Amino acid sequence: MSDEIVIDVRGLTKSFGGRKVVDDFDLKVPRGAIYGFLGPNGSGKTTTIRMVCGLLKPESGEGEVLGFDVLKESLKIKERVGYMTQKFSLYEDLSIRENLEFIARLYELDHRDDRVDKALVDLGLAERQGQLAGKLSGGWKQRLALAACMIHEPELLLLDEPTAGVDPKARRDFWDQIRRYSAQGVTTLVSTHYMDEAVQCDSIAYIAYGKKLIDAPTGDIPAQIGLSCWRIAGRPLMQAHAMLEQSEGVELVARFGAAMHACGKDAAALERAVRAVKVAQPHLQIEKIEAGFEEIFIYLMSGSIDNFQ
Amino acid sequence: MKLLDLSWSRVFAVFLKELVQMRRDRPTFAIMIMMPVMQLVLFGFAINTDPRHLPAVVEMREDGPLTRAFLASLHASSYIDIVAITQGPDEAEAMLRSGDATFLISIPEGFERRLVRGERPQMLIAADASDPVAAGGAIGAIERIAQSAFAPEFQGPLGYLARPPPAYEIVVHRRYNPAGVSAFNIVPALLGVILTMTMVLITSIALTRESERGTMENLLATPIRPLEVMIGKTTPYIGVGAIQVAIVLIAATLLFRIPFAGSFLAFLVAVTLFIFANLMLGYLISTAARTQLQAMQMTFFIFLPSILLSGFMFPFRAMPDWAQAIGTALPITHFLRIVREIMLKGAGFTDIVGDLLPLALILLTLATLALLRFRRTLD
Ligand SMILES: Nc1ncnc2c1ncn2[C@@H]1O[C@H](COP(=O)(O)OP(=O)(O)O)[C@@H](O)[C@H]1O
Ligand SMILES: [Mg+2]
Repeated sequence: MSDEIVIDVRGLTKSFGGRKVVDDFDLKVPRGAIYGFLGPNGSGKTTTIRMVCGLLKPESGEGEVLGFDVLKESLKIKERVGYMTQKFSLYEDLSIRENLEFIARLYELDHRDDRVDKALVDLGLAERQGQLAGKLSGGWKQRLALAACMIHEPELLLLDEPTAGVDPKARRDFWDQIRRYSAQGVTTLVSTHYMDEAVQCDSIAYIAYGKKLIDAPTGDIPAQIGLSCWRIAGRPLMQAHAMLEQSEGVELVARFGAAMHACGKDAAALERAVRAVKVAQPHLQIEKIEAGFEEIFIYLMSGSIDNFQ
Repeated sequence: MKLLDLSWSRVFAVFLKELVQMRRDRPTFAIMIMMPVMQLVLFGFAINTDPRHLPAVVEMREDGPLTRAFLASLHASSYIDIVAITQGPDEAEAMLRSGDATFLISIPEGFERRLVRGERPQMLIAADASDPVAAGGAIGAIERIAQSAFAPEFQGPLGYLARPPPAYEIVVHRRYNPAGVSAFNIVPALLGVILTMTMVLITSIALTRESERGTMENLLATPIRPLEVMIGKTTPYIGVGAIQVAIVLIAATLLFRIPFAGSFLAFLVAVTLFIFANLMLGYLISTAARTQLQAMQMTFFIFLPSILLSGFMFPFRAMPDWAQAIGTALPITHFLRIVREIMLKGAGFTDIVGDLLPLALILLTLATLALLRFRRTLD
């Protein structure tokens, strides 16, 4: 990572049908970083990424990507960015090789055959290069899409939920690849729904209802949110669970094996709620714990942000 | 926005991709090839019409009370519209050939003198029979007009002329299709209809399909330019058009025994221009349609006037002005005239310029509109 800023956008705003889908969005991503982009479904991640790579015109805001103006120089940006769409958007009726060749021609790459060959070998798809892309399984489609958006050796990768619906092994392989690119100085902005992926990012930007609420190095996020948590153990938990969900001050109740974690931002209210449960069900053990990344993540992705901020 | 900044590598990429996709889409490809065959069979028979207001040029080498009375009756008739009156044959012949007139009515010098003397002079009607239905109806009409125009004149001192046989003789020359075969008119015109239908239909989904399948997002994320997409996406279908042209031409000569009288080079230029115009028309639709169904509906919206108002179904000159105005804006109208002139009348380049230029203009307009309409973003 260096001090150079690869994505520097300010005040990006976009509405659909009069509703602000992305509202006054700022982002600074330094070169070589793996920047995680988190948020519940429909929070505006895809829309933001599309604005960053020039696929949507922001109605207000400005910024530079790789030093080029997002509003005026989108062609220059497109030449240097690899964008992997949320939905598979290569041609299902073209073969794996034909898809890669098509993309290589669009970027006017030299040594096209060599590059395509190499991409196929890296992908482990050399033997199946003649197979139609539409016949591939989800995991292979993702890898093909990644290969396609890397073939022109972009300086910046924009990955929109690249591993959604992919098995854990394929996801690990995928992330190993992202880290290798990062080591080579490629910057990555990746949206995800998986916690194990979020923790691998250097920094995380969290967006909900189109507004960016958190933007910090991954390690700083628990402290920033200031979530208090209690661990409740014992059997049965059913009744306690129901009670906690009704209680004031409890914003999140999540099961962790035989125990249950109750979390909230108002430490005093949370403690009152947990103690009330203990009084009602004395067989349970309660214990105050440090909010881990898991609780934070569940809290963020559950979309319960009404009383947040 | 630099529209003309283009990379042949990217054009070729899109071209190749479309070609491969077309090859993989067997049913569509088969339909495009079967379409001309089907249409030839279906439309091989005549479509009956009752034409009116057909343009006629009158070559008057005589000026007397009797011929003037005849002329007045022609003017009054709803079958014929006199578009010009000439003294010499050259101008009149040229108008017939260019299609500005469907009839040439020629009254020779000394007609009245010989009529009065009872020498039964000839009046010549040359008809453009490349549309035999129109020609047939109007020839009969002219004969009736002559009869009723002369009847009041053949009274009193000229009463002896009213007795049979008729005091004059009408000689009919059917030009360009002497036998009056319907297929002569229909088959070359079918080429225009087939090309319009298929070329517009295939390209109308060019962009729509990409949007529907979600591949547009990937395409727009690359540095591709609108003009590159347009050229790459439309040119593969020129090949399909060429196959259709070949099928119709072969059927025309072998099945319907239609002569190819004119310049083949002029035909090639015209048909290429026409195919391009249709591809652009379809492509323009694809920039507007949101779904493939919409694209299909818009195509039929274009297709109906192309059949009804182009001179394919009804004689063009016999249509009301508003219909002619719509027809003139359609590529097929000009192509129909060109192809009939070349195949049946033996026309060359100079004869078809009047329709070639409008065709080029339509092509240019459509291409420009399509380029301007192309959405570079997903908005
Ligand atoms: N093209 C569009 N037209 C109308 N609404 C849209 C469009 N794209 C996205 N939206 C809406 O904008 C909101 C944010 O969508 P999106 O950016 O896809 O969110 P995310 O990627 O975080 O799930 C959603 O409510 C979605 O319905
Ligand atoms: Mg999304």
